Amino acid sequence: MNLRTLVWRELSERPSAMLTSTLAILLGVTALVAIRHVTVFSEREVGQQLQSLGANVLVLPKAATLQDYYSADLTSQTLPESHVSSILLANLPGVERLSPKLCVAAKVGDRAVTLTGILPQSEFQAKAVWQSVSLFSNKHDGCKKAACGPKTYDGAPEALATERTIDQLKGNEAIIGADVAEFSKLKPGKSVEVLGESLQVLAVLPRTGTVDDGRVFAHLHTVQRMTNAGEVVNAIEVMGCCEDAAGGLVPSLTALLPDAKVVTISQVVSTQVGINRLMSQMSLFVLSILVIVGGASVASTISSNVRERRREVGTLMALGATPGLVTRMFLFKALALGLVGGIGGCALGLVVAMLLGSQWAGVTVTPLPDLLLIAIAAALAVTTLAAYWPARSAARLDPCSCFSDV
Amino acid sequence: MFHLQGITKIYRKRSQEVIAFRTDLLDIAKGEYVAVVGPSGSGKTTLLSLLGGMLSPDSGQVMFDGQSLYDLPLNTRTKLRRDRIGFVFQTFNLVPYLSALENVQIPLYLAGIAPAEQRDRAVALLEQVGLANRLDHKPCELSTGQQQRVALARTLANNPLLILADEPTGNLDPESREAILSMFDGFIRDGRTIVMVTHDPAAAARASRRLRLIDGSLDASDSISDAA
Ligand SMILES: Nc1ncnc2c1ncn2[C@@H]1O[C@H](COP(=O)(O)OP(=O)(O)OP(=O)(O)O)[C@@H](O)[C@H]1O
Ligand SMILES: [Mg+2]
Repeated sequence: MNLRTLVWRELSERPSAMLTSTLAILLGVTALVAIRHVTVFSEREVGQQLQSLGANVLVLPKAATLQDYYSADLTSQTLPESHVSSILLANLPGVERLSPKLCVAAKVGDRAVTLTGILPQSEFQAKAVWQSVSLFSNKHDGCKKAACGPKTYDGAPEALATERTIDQLKGNEAIIGADVAEFSKLKPGKSVEVLGESLQVLAVLPRTGTVDDGRVFAHLHTVQRMTNAGEVVNAIEVMGCCEDAAGGLVPSLTALLPDAKVVTISQVVSTQVGINRLMSQMSLFVLSILVIVGGASVASTISSNVRERRREVGTLMALGATPGLVTRMFLFKALALGLVGGIGGCALGLVVAMLLGSQWAGVTVTPLPDLLLIAIAAALAVTTLAAYWPARSAARLDPCSCFSDV
Repeated sequence: MFHLQGITKIYRKRSQEVIAFRTDLLDIAKGEYVAVVGPSGSGKTTLLSLLGGMLSPDSGQVMFDGQSLYDLPLNTRTKLRRDRIGFVFQTFNLVPYLSALENVQIPLYLAGIAPAEQRDRAVALLEQVGLANRLDHKPCELSTGQQQRVALARTLANNPLLILADEPTGNLDPESREAILSMFDGFIRDGRTIVMVTHDPAAAARASRRLRLIDGSLDASDSISDAA
């Protein structure tokens, strides 16, 4: 016999008495854990996008709507390819690279993929030489980036995944995303059948977790020819040399291309930033619900438990239980309740976050141990504090109640 | 063992005062077997609570083995009760959600004895009251006579010098009553002191001394002692 068995025997005799308040704590912790997890991962994702794409500007058809940067080019509207030359010729300060894209739905085997036409950087150089403009050497005022301007075009094709441009790509070559490579079992050197044409696989991209994993990249002009689309593109990605440049580029690109929509990544993610802020506030709200509803429920459960066990408490005191021990008995009970509610809530909240994370915010959620510990600690703190006064009142019960008849 | 001096215990309820117990002087010697009798509401339980250190009097002193019981701090008084006083109740007061064995273990746990030893001693005590084959039964699975025997085993766990019993046989059939009373006789032979409240004249007759309470006061004329 020890304090634990003493409390445990009573709890297990009638667990339903504790059900409501355990449930209140459990649901509070569930909501808290789920919302915080999704928020944290969504904020991380947004932060990463801002960091890796912060210097980029998207030029899209006017009518295009967009929620996600990576799938911005998956639209049925088009822009004339001549816009690429216009941007090139304008020689805007801070522009480092351009990446026009044309997307069509296609199939590899019987699986749907997105065939994406891109223009390798080497062609811009050729174009520039041909039109005798100096290629992208125009630094914007106060540019902090050291190496801005022309570079040699011999990078590895895999760099497409992170750089979002490729240096060399021939008309009969293709680069495939990680998902495509996986289900079609294709390797570099093999050929891939798309839209009835055979393209040589140049490289397989590393997994990015974005729609890019399901793409087959080919030369822009090849895709235009295969689809009879004419000289059009769905989007032009303009890579500035740094974030400052991106901000400065928006007005000049808007002026240059009045029929296009010009957006920066921070505009793309602004909705998500707003949702995240809302979810942060919501988690504070849920925390206060947990404290108020959970706390009140625990306090009332423990005090009715004290009333119900008056005679047992009196008997224990007659047998020599000190008031301190009686207090600890009821606190321990509350602590057990908080632990069950806290751990259960963490588990349930995690499941909810992992299931709904992709729906709510398009993020993959993995457990955050710090957050889980804090949630359990909060549950324990709420239950112990709520049970404190009822537990103290148990210690002040009249030991003579052990003599009274039932 | 006990020396009570100038004790009054008054309950006040809505301007009404009830003198639940009063005495100018009451001595109880070590080894005495005292029966407390009297009508309902005469203050028998109040006296027992005062002796057990559970109810502080409004005036006077309860001297227990030379110490003024109610001048001790609450925790010291509680520990003194734990180590030297055992209670027996009319309704047994077993903890309903604990087994017979666990009920007997409570005082041992409260005294800070290790679980393994608690168990061994509790088993021995239950054997002593003839319940070796009912260790894991809950109180509701035991007959009333068996319940009172478990309660007695629990009372004996910390080897108390003084046993305070409030109508210990009130709820029992004649056979169980006899079993309990003969155990009480045994306690007296072991040198323990017993103060027993009872409505049963036959039980009172076995005590060495009888105290009659009427309206909270001791009726001196009926305070008979067989001791000498
Ligand atoms: N907690 C209390 N508050 C108010 N009055 C009380 C309280 N406890 C006892 N009394 C009163 O004190 C008097 C003595 O009560 P006590 O319980 O000692 O009687 P008793 O002799 O044990 O009676 P019974 O034989 O019925 O058990 C009674 O009149 C009772 O009403
Ligand atoms: Mg009584």
